[in-house]
Amino acid sequence: MEITNQDFSNLLQYIFMGIQRGSIYALAAMGFNIIYNSTGVINFAQGEFVVYGGLMMVSLTMTMNLPVPVAFFFTVLFVMLIGILMERLTINTVKSPTVLRLVIITIGVSIFLEGIAMVSWGKNSHVLRHFSSSETFEVFGAMILPQTLWIIGILVFIALGFILFFNYTMTGKCMRACSINRDAARLVGINDRKMVMISFALSAGIGAIAGIIITPIIQMDYGRGTMLAIKGFGAAVVGGLGNSVGAIFAGILIGIIEAFGAGYISSHYMDAIALFFMLIVLFVKPSGIFGSSEASKLKEF
Amino acid sequence: MVIRDYIFLGIFLLVMACVPLLLKNDYYISIFVFASFNCLACIGLSLLLGYAGQISLGHAAFIGIGAYTSGYLTTQFAWSPWITMFIGVVISIIIAIAVGVPSLKLRGHYLAMATLGFGAILYIVAVAAVDITGGPAGLNNIPPLNLFGLILDSDKKFFFFSWSVVVIGLLFALNLINSRVGRGLRALHGSEDAANSIGINTSSYKIQIFIFSAVFSSIAGSLYAHYVTYIDPGPFGIMHSVLLMTMVAVGGMHKIWGAVIGSLLLSLLPEFLSFSTGYFKTFGIEYKPDYDTLVYGIILLSIMLFLPEGLYGGFSSAFRAVKNIVKRNGKKAKSSS
Amino acid sequence: MVETILEYQELQKNFGGVVAVNKLNMTVDIGSITSIIGPNGAGKTTIFNLTTGFLSPTAGNIKFFGNSINQLKPHNIASLGIARTFQNVQVFDNMSVLENIMVGRHLRSKSGILSSTIIPPFLRKEEKHIKREAEKWLEFIGMADDSQISAGSLPLGKQRMLEIARALAMEPKLILFDEPASGLNARETLAIGELIGKIKESGVTVVLVEHDMELIMDISDIVAVINFGTRIAMGTPAEIQINEDVITAYLGD
Ligand SMILES: Nc1ncnc2c1ncn2[C@@H]1O[C@H](COP(=O)(O)OP(=O)(O)O)[C@@H](O)[C@H]1O
Ligand SMILES: [Mg+2]
Repeated sequence: MEITNQDFSNLLQYIFMGIQRGSIYALAAMGFNIIYNSTGVINFAQGEFVVYGGLMMVSLTMTMNLPVPVAFFFTVLFVMLIGILMERLTINTVKSPTVLRLVIITIGVSIFLEGIAMVSWGKNSHVLRHFSSSETFEVFGAMILPQTLWIIGILVFIALGFILFFNYTMTGKCMRACSINRDAARLVGINDRKMVMISFALSAGIGAIAGIIITPIIQMDYGRGTMLAIKGFGAAVVGGLGNSVGAIFAGILIGIIEAFGAGYISSHYMDAIALFFMLIVLFVKPSGIFGSSEASKLKEF
Repeated sequence: MVIRDYIFLGIFLLVMACVPLLLKNDYYISIFVFASFNCLACIGLSLLLGYAGQISLGHAAFIGIGAYTSGYLTTQFAWSPWITMFIGVVISIIIAIAVGVPSLKLRGHYLAMATLGFGAILYIVAVAAVDITGGPAGLNNIPPLNLFGLILDSDKKFFFFSWSVVVIGLLFALNLINSRVGRGLRALHGSEDAANSIGINTSSYKIQIFIFSAVFSSIAGSLYAHYVTYIDPGPFGIMHSVLLMTMVAVGGMHKIWGAVIGSLLLSLLPEFLSFSTGYFKTFGIEYKPDYDTLVYGIILLSIMLFLPEGLYGGFSSAFRAVKNIVKRNGKKAKSSS
Repeated sequence: MVETILEYQELQKNFGGVVAVNKLNMTVDIGSITSIIGPNGAGKTTIFNLTTGFLSPTAGNIKFFGNSINQLKPHNIASLGIARTFQNVQVFDNMSVLENIMVGRHLRSKSGILSSTIIPPFLRKEEKHIKREAEKWLEFIGMADDSQISAGSLPLGKQRMLEIARALAMEPKLILFDEPASGLNARETLAIGELIGKIKESGVTVVLVEHDMELIMDISDIVAVINFGTRIAMGTPAEIQINEDVITAYLGD
């Protein structure tokens, strides 16, 4: 079989599409990891942070006509506030927390937030202006949106910030200490409850950014949270739960698999293919495909 | 203590038998029929959630497997609904093993996400595999059940039949809980290490109970298909799985009776809310059925935060408190006289 | 010669860089009360976790009646006849006292998920039998009056008794006690000591980890002293009491 130029451009097109969607799963996965590392709980409301990021950005830029950087800032702040409220009003108030109960609470929060989003923004999809031009440009025959570059750039930026935060700031180091051994951390005077709150704030903030940068491409509606959460969790598992560098690669991998599935198999089954891949990894190598199983037992950011 | 469960079962049977006598309108009876499907699925789910301590967010998919197996095989090949119901159960068992064995080996809540992912996949397949499922248009003309010549084609007939199935399911679940296996399950919920140390194979028990609960859902799905005689992917999505879990948690996940209470109340809730629309209006609130999700979220959250043992737990501690007060007063009265 | 019931050969367990058990060699005679003592963090609980399959050894061998049990899961090891209690008492606090002991009959009964589902408990013979046996063990520890109380609401001393009765209900050949007297008052400690004596009389081999020296010296046949995961001494209580190494280990230099 001969590979034509057209085939190559298509391939490239799918890869870009995959990276673009995958970046969002990577960010969602990082959000899962932060909360998982600090509480041992899988936060089912993670997808709602992404939805709220997208929808709030729509309101601030499209309705209130704020400039993009200002709106970006306030949207992230707003969603972080939701994260903090979620932790303070629900997780933090539970006196005898079991993981089962906490997980169900996050499910409750996710239904609640989804309901609020529907009441506030309605059921239809919302359009958001691209950050810069919405004109595609051509690379080896593949059509690429400037927004895709924004997405990749912001992902790289966040990943670097992430590494700096957890390795070089006091708060970041304290959070790592808590995740490795909470009792020992408490003994040396770290306020572990506060660390949990910060982890919710950070996780919500990262989710919000994911929502803001993807909405110009996919449009956002109130009901997208669950699917985003499943795929973000998929990325977290494939990357090794708790390991955020793994999560970034895994997110992009899932995005690419999804894009290939849509391009070469059937767009109807696009979501199913990505989920199927996640289930296969979950069953065959639950410690993730990046990093050894030994490493995944140690909680690292 | 064991015997109390069976006395409750008798009372429950009597109460349910009276419901059709009180409801004049067939529409309300049909609401109760729908509630019976949720109730059956929730009884199974509560064994998993409350006794094995595992979350499934994919039980609506098992309901779907039951419904589509029955729907497809009866409409395509005119097989007997009883046989197709059985085949649905077998398929559900196979899928439950495939999903449950790997994810239940892991600690944490992998099962929750795995079942959520699996539920989402099946939903997508139900919509996309038009040749088999009929896609979004669904399957039509599914025959009603035929019970030894009695065709269950009215709401009232089906009410009696499906609630009888629920009562049998309830009986089975109560038997199980009050047996060696049930004690093993409760033990594993109390302390997995201690349960292991006395020889209970906890991972095998978790898998068995996951399969068991999937069977309940599958049967509920087959019944549903033969009742409405028309199915589409709508009711088998993720949201319904989450709703089933909500019913169990709201009713009280550590008691089978909690699942019964939760599924009945939350199945009737949308009816109640739309009934109260006029009432909301007097407060200036325009209530729409779309808000149901929000209401479910609020209910689930408040119960998990303030009443972790659910409504059943709330009722029984309130009952105990009243009993104690009565007892104390009784004693006082005696000693003062 | 007395038969050996349990044997550790060059047993090793590392947690990352921490060596919790270090080339341990030791045997336990059938029918004896063998005590393991040593400072906190010496590796005693780890030895129990290795023996009962909750941890798997980094190297070395554990033999029960001469057969290696290294690779077995906890529930398989229980079915061979090894029972244990936990340092942090682990009763099923969501169940009544009697039910706790009834669970202990798990390996001595058979009914599976299908037969349990179909036949109600009051029609099953096995169920009556389980209950009768459980009541017997409840009698044995002298807690017959508490049978319907929720296990979680018992005082610590009774919870430890209950945990022991649950283990005994398995009718094990070997039973491992991890600090059964910790947190108990003098009277309760005495009762535990008496109970352990009674267990030995009934023919069950006992391995005991405990800090209460009076209790140890009173009831043990053999005492092994562990420090940093290795055995530093072993002998009769009288021998251990005058052993130099032991005194150094406990008092420091
Ligand atoms: N699961 C574990 N992970 C890491 N280290 C452990 C674990 N269990 C025990 N240890 C370490 O092994 C050593 C021995 O502990 P342990 O057996 O509990 O001592 P003991 O029961 O004699 O007080 C200690 O240093 C302890 O910190
Ligand atoms: Mg110890």
